[in-house]
Amino acid sequence: MRYIRPLSIEDAVGELAKAVGPAAILAGGSDLLVRMKGGFIEPELIVDIKAIGGLADITETADGFRIGAAVPCAVLGENKALKQAWPGVVEAANLIGSKQVQGRCTITGNLCNASPAADSVPALVAAGAKAVVAGPSGKRTIAVEAVPTGPGRTSLAKGEIIEAILLDKRPDHAGDAYLRFIPRTEMDIAVVSAGVNLTLDDKGAIKTARVALGAAAPTVLLVEEAGQVLIGSKLDEATLQRLAKICSGACRPIDDKRGTIEFRRKVAGVLAQRAATTAYKRAGGK
Amino acid sequence: MAGVAVSTTINGDAVEYLCQPDETLLDVLRDRLGLTGAKEGCGTGDCGACSVIVDGRLVCSCLVLGAEAEGRKVETIEGMAHGDQLHPLQQKFLEHAALQCGICTPGFLIAAKDLLEKNPSPTEEEIRFGLAGNLCRCTGYDKIVRAVQDAANVMKGA
Repeated sequence: MRYIRPLSIEDAVGELAKAVGPAAILAGGSDLLVRMKGGFIEPELIVDIKAIGGLADITETADGFRIGAAVPCAVLGENKALKQAWPGVVEAANLIGSKQVQGRCTITGNLCNASPAADSVPALVAAGAKAVVAGPSGKRTIAVEAVPTGPGRTSLAKGEIIEAILLDKRPDHAGDAYLRFIPRTEMDIAVVSAGVNLTLDDKGAIKTARVALGAAAPTVLLVEEAGQVLIGSKLDEATLQRLAKICSGACRPIDDKRGTIEFRRKVAGVLAQRAATTAYKRAGGK
Repeated sequence: MAGVAVSTTINGDAVEYLCQPDETLLDVLRDRLGLTGAKEGCGTGDCGACSVIVDGRLVCSCLVLGAEAEGRKVETIEGMAHGDQLHPLQQKFLEHAALQCGICTPGFLIAAKDLLEKNPSPTEEEIRFGLAGNLCRCTGYDKIVRAVQDAANVMKGA
């Protein structure tokens, strides 16, 4: 096995592209090292991306925020501007693991680990976040929901690295929220979860809406119909009930020790309602 | 596998070592450097017994590669007391009997030190959430929480 710490994204991409055996990208390592210890992956090459310029920074640009792939989730929680603009994304990122894990884990890693129960991913999908992918043939920007293709699988090709996650600049009257169900109070994996992102018009009616569910299907689900049903409303009771029904219907969950299909369907709807209510309040709706 | 040469700072001292590319910082500390305060409980980042601080961030050393410590500043439990002078947290853990078997204690002390440095007056809830990444199977946590509260009061007065 080889461990390298390239200083440029081009070098990192080049090393990954020419790697003969299994290769792994290391940022926080909170998934990778566990998988290595469990014998699920035996990389011949580990590419530590933390020394690459810009990857450890959160930058506020004219278009919004650029969150480097090596920024630990704890740093997201300490960034006041990001927290104010995207409280749902930050609260989701800060739910991953313990303080110790927060000091290492990244939202890009959470996305690329491709767990359907990843906490930050429904919030990012609801937020309409984009991933900047660097690869042997250059860079491309894709929607985050295009990254995971199934449990533990992504659409990234050999040699490709996500170098940053992009979040749009917020207009007035915008809010997002993320909620998950776990049987404990912290340090657990979502049984089911929901992220909601809203913008309102000047009268408080919902102008745009995105709803995403976690642990409800093989990948995090963007439920477009759920977003559509919210548009034009002020989140009255009838709309909330339709939202829950659509979300429960969109679920394709599994039965496992953490939750049954029936339970996940029901709770997905409830969490979507509650996350929508919080997002609406955060957007200034009454 | 070729060894990786690492230059780092541990508890203020410059340290150099050779390690394997897949060797964890925890294994380097314990097996190469003789710093056996950090313990391996789960080895998967769930129990916090291996907690150390790297560049001001609390982390599980079982989830950090030894090679990653290059150029960093690592703080371990061995650097917590100044000679014979215990850190207030260590003193209060003793006074409150906040340990039984002691395996989790170094991790709790490091995590509590990090907590109080970032939040000198935590509420009980903040202490319990802040230490949720450290598992203890003996004390039931109450004595640990009381010790941290008491140490916070002492440190604020100091």
